[in-house]
Amino acid sequence: MAGYILRRLLQAIPVLLGTTFLIYFMVFAMPGDPIVALFGDKTPPPQVIEALRERYHLDQPFIVQYFIFLGNIFKGDLGVSFSGEPVSEILMRTFPVTLRLAAMAVFFEMVAGITIGLISGLRKGGIFDASALVVSLILISLPIFVLAFVMQWFFGIYLGWFRTTVGPGAPTEDLILPAIVLATISFAQIVRLTRASVIDTDGQDFVRTAASKGLSRGRIVPVHILRNSLIPVVTYLAVDFGTLMVGATVTEGIFNVPGVGRTLYQAIIRGEGPTVVSFVTIMVLIYLVVNLLVDLLYAVLDPRIRYAK
Amino acid sequence: MPSSNTRPDQQHYVAPLEETPLVAIDSVKAEGKPSNLWTDAWNDVRKRPMFWISSALILLVVVVALFPGLFTQTPPNNGCLLANSNGGPTDGHPLGFTKQGCDIYSRIIHGTSTSLAVGLIVTSLVAILGIVFGAFAGFYGGWLDSVLSRLGDIFFSIPYILAAVVIMSVLSAYRNVWVISLAIGLFAWPATARVLRAEILRVKNADFVMASTALGVSRFRILLRHVLPNSIAPVIVITTISLASAIVAEATLSFLGVGLPTDIMSWGNDISQAQTSLRTAPQTLILPSIALSVTVLSFIMLGEVVRDALDPKARAQR
Repeated sequence: MAGYILRRLLQAIPVLLGTTFLIYFMVFAMPGDPIVALFGDKTPPPQVIEALRERYHLDQPFIVQYFIFLGNIFKGDLGVSFSGEPVSEILMRTFPVTLRLAAMAVFFEMVAGITIGLISGLRKGGIFDASALVVSLILISLPIFVLAFVMQWFFGIYLGWFRTTVGPGAPTEDLILPAIVLATISFAQIVRLTRASVIDTDGQDFVRTAASKGLSRGRIVPVHILRNSLIPVVTYLAVDFGTLMVGATVTEGIFNVPGVGRTLYQAIIRGEGPTVVSFVTIMVLIYLVVNLLVDLLYAVLDPRIRYAK
Repeated sequence: MPSSNTRPDQQHYVAPLEETPLVAIDSVKAEGKPSNLWTDAWNDVRKRPMFWISSALILLVVVVALFPGLFTQTPPNNGCLLANSNGGPTDGHPLGFTKQGCDIYSRIIHGTSTSLAVGLIVTSLVAILGIVFGAFAGFYGGWLDSVLSRLGDIFFSIPYILAAVVIMSVLSAYRNVWVISLAIGLFAWPATARVLRAEILRVKNADFVMASTALGVSRFRILLRHVLPNSIAPVIVITTISLASAIVAEATLSFLGVGLPTDIMSWGNDISQAQTSLRTAPQTLILPSIALSVTVLSFIMLGEVVRDALDPKARAQR
């Protein structure tokens, strides 16, 4: 167990160095003046250019610049946004909101996705299964921003059930609609994964044994089938964390949720390159940590992973 | 209880050899067509309505992209009158007008080629990078596998839309179809490489590979002629689906304002510009969204059918 954790932590180091290097490389090793390029068609004030040049140590060789940048990240110094606020402070303020939104979204997609997937899988080939397939294909095909606008228009404007944008302090009832939109991205995949997994488990010997022992279907389905079908679904949630972050960026931007995503969204829309880079770096780091934690959690849950070579 | 066919000294019925022509069991139908994965897949696919619906839609999208002039005579950018802003359908303008007073129908028709071009370029890039990385890592193994797989892990750890946002921000002066496709494709390939690597690991120890080695075929030729063709099926499935993802990625980037410049016709741009009219003229946003979603849906459906046909496990679960 300790060996596995150590190995997994050691494996994470080159990936961590590689991703930060790659992001840094993309920004600062391109031909031309990176600082000017980051502002697109806008011309930043010379003081801003000077401050950024100093911050990114552009007079140093590239590799030295990178290590200074990396050192700053580990010291918790993530730079300063255009409004002059340190990025770390923005994070402290916005992260809890995003966390709440994401937790609600994951809750919605898990409850709805697993329920529908389970019924589909148990009644394979039936009308319910066929309609669930059609609906899930349509939902997969809808880009998140299209879905967000359609929901905002239908529930917010046409029916008037929800406020179209989130009010100050992000009260939970305002987060319901954005959370549903965010949940929809992965909902379809969870339905299909659960369905496939349930069909697979339903054909296993231990399910037949349980039935022949005389256990009722009402006990076999939750205890023997569902529990054993959930492993791939949980894996998917970790892999899909990246999609959730991109989805949160768009959803928070459209619904004006004061979270990490909206900060990134606004920085992108306004062409504030350096802020975009800081936030993308942070999101990638969070993504790496989440995947590392899930891998470690697995080792606790599944002995086969712990003992594999 | 013994059946009537059992002879007196037998516990079980054993058919006399002359009644069970083993020859008939073992023989191959010489006149029948040889069956393999691809002909089986084709026989499976052509029976499914979803295959024909998605193919028809994709054909339509391709024809619209190649010959927009067949569908509309109205130029998408010229002749936009602010007097028509958010106007409803009129004669010759069946879907009404955008906020800038341009013809919505014409803009949707002319935006098709952009989406399709990005989809095809990204998919080719992802397929080439994925196949090269996956094939070399899986087939040669050893240190090459370690290096290529770790490299894949690094690219995989940056969600490709976020990576494309950074690249497009830096290259803001050079935004066009090729640059945006490169920005998306450069970080989207590791999934393909992983799938192919796993499949090659499975195939490379097969008997026919050993036979080729024994015959003195070079390693690279074995990879090219024997291993790759036998492990390409999952790549084809993932590639069809990646075409849909690429179209969505382009629209998302254009929506975020780091995609294509507004003078290039793109559904993502049109949706982005219509968002301020959501309250007053929702059709300006919903119409290009429908075009985008139907195109994506047709590729996703095709990917679905192809997966069912090529993956025996998926077929069993249908």
